[in-house]
Amino acid sequence: MAKDKHDKTTTVALAGAPNTGKSTLFNALTGLRQHVGNWPGKTVEKKTGIYRRNGRVFSFVDLPGSYSLTANSTEEEIARDFLAQDKPDAVVAIVDASGLERNLYLVCELLQLGLPTVVALNMMDVARSGGLEVDVETLEAMLGVPVVPMVAKSRQGVQRLLETVETVVDGGARPPAAGPELSPAMELLVARLDAIIPTSLDIPYPRRWALVKLLEGDRSIRRSLKAILAPDLWENVKSVLQQHDQAMLEIASSRYDWAAETYRRAVSRPRGERKSLGERADRLLTHPLGGVIAFAAMVFGVYWLMFNVGALLQRWLNDNMVARSANGLEDALGGWPDWSTSLLTDGLIGGAGLVLTFIPILAILFLALAILEDVGYMARAAFVMDRFMHRIGLRGQSFLPLFLGWGCNVPAIMGSRIVESRAARLTTILVAPLVPCAARMVVIALFAAAFFGGAAILVSWSMVMMNLAVLALAALLISRFIFRGQESSFVMELPRYHTPNIRTVLLATGERVRRFVVLAGTVILVMSLIVWAFSTFPSSDIEDSILGHIGRGLAPIGGLMGLDWRMMVALLTSFVAKEQTIATLGVILGTGEGANGALKTELTSIMAPAAAVSFIALQMLFVPCVSSVAAIRQETRSWRWTGFAVAYMLVISFVVAIIIYQMARLFGLGV
Amino acid sequence: MRTDDHVVPLGTLRPGETGIIAELSGGRAFVARCLVLGCTPGTQVTMERNAGRGPIIVKLRGTRLALGRGESMRLHVKKQA
Repeated sequence: MAKDKHDKTTTVALAGAPNTGKSTLFNALTGLRQHVGNWPGKTVEKKTGIYRRNGRVFSFVDLPGSYSLTANSTEEEIARDFLAQDKPDAVVAIVDASGLERNLYLVCELLQLGLPTVVALNMMDVARSGGLEVDVETLEAMLGVPVVPMVAKSRQGVQRLLETVETVVDGGARPPAAGPELSPAMELLVARLDAIIPTSLDIPYPRRWALVKLLEGDRSIRRSLKAILAPDLWENVKSVLQQHDQAMLEIASSRYDWAAETYRRAVSRPRGERKSLGERADRLLTHPLGGVIAFAAMVFGVYWLMFNVGALLQRWLNDNMVARSANGLEDALGGWPDWSTSLLTDGLIGGAGLVLTFIPILAILFLALAILEDVGYMARAAFVMDRFMHRIGLRGQSFLPLFLGWGCNVPAIMGSRIVESRAARLTTILVAPLVPCAARMVVIALFAAAFFGGAAILVSWSMVMMNLAVLALAALLISRFIFRGQESSFVMELPRYHTPNIRTVLLATGERVRRFVVLAGTVILVMSLIVWAFSTFPSSDIEDSILGHIGRGLAPIGGLMGLDWRMMVALLTSFVAKEQTIATLGVILGTGEGANGALKTELTSIMAPAAAVSFIALQMLFVPCVSSVAAIRQETRSWRWTGFAVAYMLVISFVVAIIIYQMARLFGLGV
Repeated sequence: MRTDDHVVPLGTLRPGETGIIAELSGGRAFVARCLVLGCTPGTQVTMERNAGRGPIIVKLRGTRLALGRGESMRLHVKKQA
C-alpha cells in the first residue's frame, strides 16, 4: 500500500491514554500549524496539524485521550471509530515509559486492529529517575513494531519518530504482532458469533475485531449491528452474549496478562523503587483535611490574581478601549440618527465590547487551570472533593468548574469539559448558573444595605446559602430523575506529577481564550443587540420600549412578589448582565446610575422590606445572563438543554420569590 | 507469603495492606472501566490512602488509582498477610 509520495497527504493518528504527554508530543510535531475544531456533532475537541518533510505532507490527528478502544465514553468512541473506520495510514501510540504496564493495554488493542503502528515511548527521563530501565530492543521484539524512546517536552526523539513513521508508511504494513491470543473458549465464542452473522453483511468495522468488541459488551457496536441484522439473527447473537457476559472479564484479563508479561521481560528495576517527590507531596495534597486546605489555598491564590491583576487590566481596558471608542464613535457619528449611534455605542460596544474586557480575568483563570492540569493536580482536587460532591449526586470532578463560578458563571460552564461522563457534565453545566457570581453579589449588596442596615451581611449570607441549597437540590434532582441510572462512578487515575510544559500550557490557554472571544463575537453579540433593540424600540425611553411593555405585562406576577412593573423591567435587563439591574433602576427611577445613595432612598420609598427580600431572591435565582446562556449552548450543543436551563431557573426563581413574599404577608413581617 | 482466605471489600483494607483482586461487582460500565484501568482478577493492589470514609487511593500495576467509597466496596480482594 505504498503511496505515491507527492500524491496524497499521509494521515497519522496520535493515540494514547490521558496523561501520557500526548498534547505535548502533538505540539512538538505540528508547532503552530494546527487546527482546532470539534469532532462532527460532538463537544470533544478535534486537533489536526500539518507537518511537511521531504516534500511530503503529514497530517497528524490528535485522538482524544482514551485508555482502551471499547466505547465506554464519547472520547473512546471517537478515537476508536476514527482508527477502525477512517483507517489512517499510520498510528503513533504514545505511552508513558514510567507507567508502561498499564499503557500496554491500549497498545495491545491497537496492535489487534492491525494498522501500521509506531510506539512512542515517552517520558524516558521520568522512568529513569524513578529507577526503571526499559530494554527498547526487547520491547520491539515483543510488540513486533518499532519503538522510539523519547522525551516529548524537550523534543528528544521527535525527529526519529518522524523518520520511523515515514519508514513504516513506505514499507507497507509489516503486520504487527497480533498481541495476545484469545483463550480457546473465547475463540469458540467468536466462531459462534461468526457463524450467526452472514458474511455478506456489511459491518462498518473490521469483522473479527467487531466480534471481539461485541463480546466485550461494546454498546455502540451492539447498536450498529442490531440496526443492520435480521431480528431473528439478532436474537441469536443476543442470547450468546447473555450466556457469556463474563467474556468481557476474560478478554481484558488476557490483554493485561500479555501486558504484564511484556513488561516483566522488557523492564527492569536495577536500583529498586524510589519514593518520588510527587508521592511525598501527595501525603499532604490527598490528605482528607490537609488536601482540602491546600486546595482552598490554591484557589484563593488564583482568585487573588484574578481580582487584583486581572481586574486592574479589565478596568484599564474598560476606561481606555470601551469608553473611549464609545465616545469617539459618538463624536464621529454626530450627524447620524440617534438610534444608529445608540446601536453602535450601547448595543455593540456596551454589550459585546464590555464582555470582551473580561478577557484578562478569564486568561488568568484559564492559565492557572492549564498549569494545574498539566502538572497533574486536577485529579487530586477531584479526589479530596469527591466526598462532598457525592452527597449532591455529583462526583469530585465537578467541584472545580462549579467553584470557578463564584467569579463568573461562564468559566464554570466552559470548565465543565474536564468532567468525563456526559450525564455528570450536563448536570454540572445545568447547575453552574446557580453559583452566586460576583455580579449578583453587587446587586444584593446594594439592596441589603438599603433595606437592612446592620443585618445586611446576614441577609446577603442567607441568600448565598439559599442559592447553594437550591444548587444542591437541583443537582440531586437532575442526577436522580433526568439522568437516572447513569450515575457516574468515581474511578480515576492519579497521574504522576510533571513539571508543566510552557508550550502546552500556553497553547491550551490561548485556545480557551479564543473560544471565549468567538463566543463574545457571535452569540453574545447577537443577543446583546436583541436586548438593546427591545429596550430602544419603539421609543428610546425605556418605559415605553418593548421591554417596558413586557415589564408591565408581568406586573400581575410581580404583584404576587410585592414588585411593581419597574422592578420587573430591572429584573429583565439583568439578562444582559446581572449588574445591569442597578443601571436600569437608576434610569427608571430617575436617580442616575452613579448616585447609589439617592437610588437606595428611592428604593426604600417604593417597596417594603419583604418585597426587597423577595426581589433579592428573585435576582439570585433568575435565568442565566446572556453570556452564560451562550456558553451553555456552546458546551451542550443543544438548544433543548439550553432552553431547559433557562426554563427551570425561571420557574424556581418565581416560585421562591412568591413563597417568600406571601409567607411574609401571612405573618405580617416587613409588609 | 501466607494468603488469607478471606475475601473482603477493597475499601476495608488499611493503608499499607495488600490484596489480590478476586471479584468485581456492580454495573457493566463500572466493571468495564475498572478492567481497562488494570483491575483485572488476580491483580495485586496495595492500599495507599483510606481514611475510613470518602474515596481511597490504591497502587496497582505501577500506577495509582482513586476510587469512590461505594466503588471501593464493589471490588473484592483476597487479603494478603
